[in-house]
Parts: sequence; C-alpha cells; structure tokens
Amino acid sequence: MQQDTKPHLVVVGNGMAGCRAVEEILARDAHKFRITIFGAEPRVNYNRIMLSPLLAGEKSFADIVINDEAWYADNGIALIAGDPVVSIDRTAQAVTSKSGRTEYYDRLLLATGSDPFIIPVPGRDLPGVISFRDMDDVGAMLEAADRGGDAVVIGGGLLGLEAAHGLTLRGMKVTVIHLMPTLMERQLDEAAGWLLKTELERRGQTILTQADTAEIYGDGKVEGVRLKDGRDIPCSIVVMAVGIRPSTALAREAGLEVERGILVDDHMMTSDPAVLAVGECVQHRGQVYGLVAPLWDMCRALADSQTGNPTGYTGSVTSTKLKVSGVDLFSAGDFSGGEGCEDIVLRDATRGVYKRVVVRDDRVIGAVLYGDTADGSWYFDLLKKEEDISSIREALIFGQAFASGGGALADPKAAVAALSDDAEICGCNGVSKGKVVACIAGGAQDLDAVRAGCKASASCGQCTGLVETLLALTLGEAFDGSRAVKPMCKCTSFTHEEVRAAIRDKALKEIPAVMQALSWSTPDGCASCRPALNYYLLCAWPAEHREDPQSRFVNERMHANIQKDGTYSVVPRMWGGVTTPDELRAIADAAEKYGARMVKVTGGQRLDLFGIRKEDLPDIWADLNAAGMVSGHAYGKALRTVKTCVGSEWCRFGTQDSTGLGIRIEQMTWGSWMPHKFKIAVSGCPRNCAEATIKDFGVICVDSGYELHIGGNGGIHLRGTDLLCKVATEAEALDYCAAFIQLYREEARYLDRTAPWVERVGLDYVKQRIVEDAEGRKELRARFLHAQTYLQKDPWAERAAGAESHLHRHIAEIRPFAVVGGAA
Amino acid sequence: MTTATATTMATAANRKAAEQQQSSKATPHMIAEWLDIGSVDQLPALGARTLPVRGGKEIAIFRTANGAVHALLNQCPHKQGPLSEGIVHDSSVTCPLHNWRISLLTGEALGEDKGCVPVIPVKIDGGRILIGRREALQGMA
Repeated sequence: MQQDTKPHLVVVGNGMAGCRAVEEILARDAHKFRITIFGAEPRVNYNRIMLSPLLAGEKSFADIVINDEAWYADNGIALIAGDPVVSIDRTAQAVTSKSGRTEYYDRLLLATGSDPFIIPVPGRDLPGVISFRDMDDVGAMLEAADRGGDAVVIGGGLLGLEAAHGLTLRGMKVTVIHLMPTLMERQLDEAAGWLLKTELERRGQTILTQADTAEIYGDGKVEGVRLKDGRDIPCSIVVMAVGIRPSTALAREAGLEVERGILVDDHMMTSDPAVLAVGECVQHRGQVYGLVAPLWDMCRALADSQTGNPTGYTGSVTSTKLKVSGVDLFSAGDFSGGEGCEDIVLRDATRGVYKRVVVRDDRVIGAVLYGDTADGSWYFDLLKKEEDISSIREALIFGQAFASGGGALADPKAAVAALSDDAEICGCNGVSKGKVVACIAGGAQDLDAVRAGCKASASCGQCTGLVETLLALTLGEAFDGSRAVKPMCKCTSFTHEEVRAAIRDKALKEIPAVMQALSWSTPDGCASCRPALNYYLLCAWPAEHREDPQSRFVNERMHANIQKDGTYSVVPRMWGGVTTPDELRAIADAAEKYGARMVKVTGGQRLDLFGIRKEDLPDIWADLNAAGMVSGHAYGKALRTVKTCVGSEWCRFGTQDSTGLGIRIEQMTWGSWMPHKFKIAVSGCPRNCAEATIKDFGVICVDSGYELHIGGNGGIHLRGTDLLCKVATEAEALDYCAAFIQLYREEARYLDRTAPWVERVGLDYVKQRIVEDAEGRKELRARFLHAQTYLQKDPWAERAAGAESHLHRHIAEIRPFAVVGGAA
Repeated sequence: MTTATATTMATAANRKAAEQQQSSKATPHMIAEWLDIGSVDQLPALGARTLPVRGGKEIAIFRTANGAVHALLNQCPHKQGPLSEGIVHDSSVTCPLHNWRISLLTGEALGEDKGCVPVIPVKIDGGRILIGRREALQGMA
C-alpha cells in the first residue's frame, strides 16, 4: 500500500547509464521512488564496455553482468526487458512500449544511449553487416567467426579495433578499413597511431588507412567490400564501427529540446522538468560523450538533485584506454599542439615505449602513452586538476615515481597515497580513490570484499595492484594481503586464474613477458612461479612454446628422478604395463652396465633403475632407445602410467580388452605435460584389479561398455574416484579421456592434482563440460590432440643425440699435476 | 649450540673469501690466485655447472639473470642436496630436494631456515671464469 504513495520513476533504458543512475539514487534514499525500468534488450543490465573482452573470449556473459535479477527484486524494481518504449505522452505523463504496455510516471529518466552510425553505402542492409553495440551483435559476430572466413571492420577507432582484435582471436582473417591516415586519430597522435598499426599488422590484421568504402556487395548476403579506389576485399561479414550518435528519436518525437543530443542542464533535467536524461543520449554544455567515464559523474549529479542535495555536473575531461590485450595505450586531453604548447617526448625503442606529454602555461593539457601506461592516471590527474608542474618539469616525462623525487627507488605506496580522492582507480567501473577508501573503511578487509563492495578491480583487473596498495594504506598493519583466492606466489598479486587469463588475452608467450605485463615484484620470479608459468605458457601456446629449462624442476630438466644422494632413477615406458623378453634383456643389460644399485617394480607397473649418475643418463637412454623404449615420464608433472589388468584376453572374468585399451590410452596420452602428475588405470571387470578407482582417470570395463571414473588419488589424502559417466564403445572412452585431460590441463592450477581440482569445481561442472556439452567435448579433445602433436617427442632420444649435453657434464675437471720424482 | 657456532664460522670464512675476491680485483696481476676453468658462455643464464674437486666434492658455479657469477660448495646445508640442480632466481638458488633457499652472495639459508654453505671466490675476466685456485686444487674439507 505504502508503495503506491511513492512517486513513480520510470527509466527508459536498462543500460549502464540507466542502472547506474538508479543505483546512485538508491544509495542516497532507497525508499524515495517506486521504480520501473524498460530495456530494449531481453536481459539484465550488463557492462557494455566489456563487450570487447566478451567477443575476444576473455569474459563470459555472466562475468559482465552488473546487476543480476536478484538486484532488481531486492530493490523492488520492475524490469520490463525486451520491450522498448516507443512513445512518450508528456501531457498524460505516460510512456507506451512496443507491446502496448503503458506506465504513468512522476519522473521519467531517459537513458537511451546511442545508436551505431551506419554509413550510407549500397549494401548496408545486407545480412552479414553487423554493428558492435550490444550482446546480439556479439552473438552475430561469434556465429560468423564459428563459420570462419574473412571479416572486414569499417572504422579504425576504439570500437572498430576492439572488434577486429576479438575477431582475430576468434580465428577470422580481419581487414580494418579506416578513412583517416592514422588509426584512432581522435585519441592518438601520428607516432602512437603508427606504433599501434605496426603492432596490429604484426598480429596478422590488414590495416588499410585512407580507405573509403564505396559499397558492400553480395548476392543475398555479404560477399565483400569495394573501396572507392577500386580495391576489392572479399569477406563474409562486415562490422560497421565508424561511430555512434546519441539516440534521440524518442525524445525528439515527444517534443523535448534536442540538438545533437537531448539537451540537459547541470542537474540532468531536460526542457521538461519531469523528464531527466543521462548518458550518451544527452548534450550538456554543448558536449556529447561516447565514453563511460562522464556517465558516472552525470549519474552522481542526477541522484544528488533528485534526493534534495543538488551539486551539479560541470562536464568531464575524458581519457581513453584501448582494450586490446597486449597493447598498452592511453590518451587524454588535447595533443594537437599549436601556439604556446610544449611537447615533452620520451621514446624507448627497445621497450617499444612512446610517451608524449603536452604542456601549456606550466599545465599538462594532454598526454599520449604507448607501451607503458603506468603513469596514465597520474598525468590525467595533473591534467584535470590543472596543477602547476613547473617544479617537476624536468622529470615529468619519466613518470610519477621519478618526478616525485625518489628516482627508481621511489616508494610506490607513497605515489598512491599522493593521489587525490577523486583520482580514478578503476576505469571499467568508474570508481575513484575516495570510493575505494570509503569501501575499505566501511569494512572491506580484502581485495575480494572491495571488488564486491564497490566493484573496483572487478572487471579487467588492471587496477588490482592499486586497490591492494589502498588496502595496505588504509588498513595499515591490519591488512595481511591475504585473499580468499590466493595469489599465485609472493611475486605477484594475481591468482593462477588471472595469470592464465592474461597469458591468453595479452598473447604473452614467454616468462619475462608475463612478468613484465603483470608487474612481477621480483626480477625473475621464484622457484614456485617459474615452473607454473612455464606450464601455463606451454599449455596456452602448444605450437609456439619455447621451453625454458631453467624454469623446470630438476626432474623435468634432467628427465629422470633425482634421489637423495644426487644420483637419478630411470624408468622406461612400458605401454599398459606390458613388456617383452627383449625389453627385459635390454633393461637388465643397462642395469649392469651403468651400475644400477637397485631395480624396483613400481606401483604403476614399470621397472625403476636406481643410482644412475647424471653423466651416464644420455648413454643409458641411448641403450634403452636402441631396444625400442622411450621415456616413461616417471619424473614429470605429466602423464605417468596407464596401469592395466589382463582383461578378456586371459582372465575368465574379463569383460573387455582392458590391456589393449590401456595401451591405446597410453599411446594417445604419453608425453603430455599436466598441472601435476596424472595416473590412469583400466580394469577389465568390476573386481578392479588395476585399482582404477584411485586414479586420476580410471576405466572399469563392464559387459555393456566402459565406466569412466575421475579424480581419484591414492596419496596422502586417499580419495576414491567419482563416476563421470558410462560409454558404450572404446572409441568413446578414448575421446572422453582426451577431453577430460584437456579440461584439467586448461583449468586446474599448477600443482593441483585432479582430486582437489574436481572437489573445487564440483563433479557437476566436469559432467557438464565433458558429458553434457558434446560440442565442447569435441573441442577439448581436438585441442588435446593438437597439443600432443608437439609433445609426443621422446626427450630421451633428443638428449641421447646430444641435446642439452651441458646438463650432464661438469664444466671442467681438474687433473692433479704429475709429481716430479714419482714419490707419491 | 654446535650448529650456531658452525654457522658463524662459515660466515666468517665467507666474508674472508669475499675480501680476497675484492683484494685480488684490486691487483689483477696476481693471477696465481686464480684458476681459469672455462668461458663464461658455458654457464646458462639462471643455471649452474659443476666442478669436481679433490675429496669427491663439487663446486657449483651459478649465473644469475643479470650475468653475475657466483660459486658455492655444491651441497645444501640441510641434506646435502646438489644446489647446482636448483632453480636460480634473483641472487639465490632453491635446493631441488626440499626447497631451501640459499643466498648465492653469502651461502646462508634464507627465510626461516638456518644453515650456511661455503662461498668460493669466483670472478669473470675477459669472458673467462676464474675460480679460487686454492679451493679448486686443494678441495673442500
């Protein structure tokens, strides 16, 4: 009842601006309005600027949702999604939606955003011409990418380049057509534009500048783009990303004052006092904005005035960051130069760094940073504050740490402490330092709580370091740096998952590149992170990975198991635990020849030769190779053994050929590096003589097929397997095995066995990925087999042939001098 | 008690070794103190090589990321693990047996662990690795 007496706020637009405005109002007075939100898209509110990472496969939709259904319910907001408002009756104070629904308002808030600008060329209506504005556009691009082929992106601005990047990562061959001579000419100067173009070309994109589109052609669908100079670029989709313009049709038809955007005053009020407007659809003091940052300020001003505490919006100075992984680029303000302007430029070719700061009357008025954007927010802060920089003029270009006097030794904490309260910390979610500090003061004691509380660092994570420094500064001793989800090691603040995502997204291919990109706090990592990084890199880039032996644990570097006396043990592979008299003879010979002090049968049905000296390893391997044996990888975070029983071939209880299946599984999986060691077993009947139910992957043969079990462990914490599923054929058993291993390889943390991993992610999750998602299973299997083409090389044969021979030899030997006279 | 004394003595010996290294740098003509054991590019960056000495022990010669060369007795103070097979990072090496971290500068165990391994004088001259002649020839006790 009480609800009905509250004024009714109707919001047109369920995007970032509309929902942010509602959030700001709720934060000030949760009971002021009854709220209804209309959205054209049939979904909840999401972070539109994260569409690029979504397209690039770096985020899922769930990751970019800002407010889920519970938020609407908890705040008593009626969401009418998928039903756009088509008319406004200002006299009756009512809006009507496409489906005919009418709502009466006391306050109307227009947050209609902007529309993509479609250039008026022939063919613009053909199927296959896509804009880049919402989830449906991303869906259309992903569908096209799945079919493969070539894409043309029209527009070399922020949006176009992010689209091109995403499509490239999705496997399409992309050509970018840009009308102007340099890319992102509104945000970048020529030098930075050129660096960017070179980098994108290096990644395989074709960039055509000064290219003017004449037509899009095709018979019933897009087949190509023709340029005015006659060039012809065949393609199956065209992404139109030349720009956006405020979506004003609704306001214009309702008779509100509209120029380029809907005119608003400093309190976001339109020409009708009952109608407010906010976001990209408005024009304020002659400016329209197409970036996210001004929106936060507008929403604050709007909420202030609607809750009786008007402050007023005075316009925004904007900065730009490009969300193309691996390209660090920042620009802000005016860098066109001109009378009275001074340029300060720093170039560092080896680091690929270009920095330019434009100064006028001792004030920073613009900045372009390429390759090193760490000081972006500092320059931006100086610019917004119009601070007098004459005293630090000489050191300005070297960045904040240097300019504030400490040189290379400057305390990064002090630098963060020196930032003003309204300095922006998180660009994705528009969170200022003051807000982060308030959130911490309000009880957020760790990074995850800050992410939940004020959303800082919750989207792309670039500002994680800044947020942690603020935690340390605000909480002092009370901040122990610990997180519910632990960082990889003490060298970084990022978790395993974050590091792996960065390796993928930023296309990082070598350990120093990862450390550089993620600001490792140590020069070359530690014994904990280096092996992990080496594994993540080889898993992410199977074809390109270059091994770093110095980042392998000794056993994997030496391809043998180090023992407490410094000698090694050697285990040749015996497929499925089956051997022959010839192999046994060769093993016996080798054991004698190299003085093995013990020969032991292992738990995984292999023979282990103990006490081999590192100098002898290449020779014993050569002998074993000659008898047809290869490395058993008994030393690695790798596929170890496939243990089998004798199965239907010999056993009176056997139901299937468990030995044969075990051999085929081992032939498919050997050589594969994993997050930790990986053991497999195949039992021929439920009596389970091969002990398949304590293995990482176990098969139990039954009359009607094969039971597949996962996540078992016979180690410190005994854990029986979970039943994944049952399959009918041997071929399926092999396919599921490959897919499961690849899922583990791609998603488990380094040094996680399958048992704790399955417990963490849940059996249902693994079932969903491997059993229910048939398409996903096929892709996982394909990725595994692809990686295997690079990994199934016998490391022993390579070493026996002389590779890395320095690892097996002393640097020198000191021979005693002959003693003259022979008296010894 | 015994352990503590041993540690102190070893540290003192190391300091002396370091001083020797310093003084010999000041007088490069006293080559008799040094033994050339090979060219520096035989040492992989972030890796190590070994030199067997009299008495059956080994000297481990390490190279860090920034090119600095250090030498220690190839024996972790914990359980005698071969430090040459450990992972080198910054100016330390992590023992391959039980992950003790040993300083390449002082030979002392870092972090919670206590122990020390002798530092052997070593230097680079003209791309050659020069190691303390006395330690290399007499072996390590």
